[in-house]
Amino acid sequence: MPPSISLLYDRIRVEEKELINAAQKRGVDFKAVDAKELHLTITDPGKDRELFGEVALERCVSHFRGLHITAILENMGICVINSHKVASICGNKLLCSMSLAKAGIPTPKTIVAFTKEEAMTAVEEIGYPAVIKPVFGSWGRLIAPLKDRETTQAILEDREEMGNPLYQIYYIQEMVKRPPRDIRTVVVGDLIAASIFRYSAPDDWRTNIARGGHAESFPVSGELREMILKAAEVVGGGVLGVDAMETENGFVIHEVNSTVEFKGAMSASEVDIPGKIIEYALGLAKR
Amino acid sequence: MKFKCPECDGDIETKEVIEGEIISCGDCGAELEVAKNNKGEFVLKTAESEGEDWGE
Repeated sequence: MPPSISLLYDRIRVEEKELINAAQKRGVDFKAVDAKELHLTITDPGKDRELFGEVALERCVSHFRGLHITAILENMGICVINSHKVASICGNKLLCSMSLAKAGIPTPKTIVAFTKEEAMTAVEEIGYPAVIKPVFGSWGRLIAPLKDRETTQAILEDREEMGNPLYQIYYIQEMVKRPPRDIRTVVVGDLIAASIFRYSAPDDWRTNIARGGHAESFPVSGELREMILKAAEVVGGGVLGVDAMETENGFVIHEVNSTVEFKGAMSASEVDIPGKIIEYALGLAKR
Repeated sequence: MKFKCPECDGDIETKEVIEGEIISCGDCGAELEVAKNNKGEFVLKTAESEGEDWGE
């Protein structure tokens, strides 16, 4: 029996389309499962098990949907890429920064506070300009530069009014002086699949491809390469997007993403990233 | 393939589609998801809109 792989999705982006193609090309026993059409009996984990094969690629665009499905699938004994532990850490900027710092990986200075008053103290301690980020979320959503006391006050007041209590976990980070680009590396298992420079769009300071940034191939080597592989390892490993920045004092790693979007990296590097991910999943299935 | 937009009833023509794919209506701009009905035919339904936890 060939190993069976499933792909959990809630939206088919370029990445999911390419993963489906890569699996079909290899003749893998493969099934794409729409997470929006699932209901799973968590008190009887054997019931829905055969739907998902031996290895599941969790690719939901909704982080919390994917995270909770991962917990259920792992409880059924299915190997999920990425694991619940990895998705929990990478889905929360606070947990991710702590993991990086604890492992001695250079990462931007970050202070967390739980009221707007203490957040203001944290900003003044870090110094202007600083950055405020929600602990969850992607694509640069609600990430704001804090340039002076007045704008900081306004932004903190806005956050206080937001309904979701996670917005009141004030994650304040130093604004790293960097060129208008960062480095996105796609790590698959213990190997680097591809790495690129991501340049911010002309009308934005954030480098997210989702914000209109563009990509250029940049093969990483030496110390940076080691840092990236270590960052992937300390969050628990798997298929990951590790983001680094160039500073005056060397490289820093600011983020590791668990449901990595690799459209930009794939076209700029011309590496068959989806093929590598499917091969990695097949390797885990054979264990 | 030919569809009707579930939002504005406009005509939508596409190349081959796969289930789960997102297309947008040329008339009203709505984001639509390709789904299958119980007869196994492709249909379009209104796609989910961006959530606070969307992304990587």
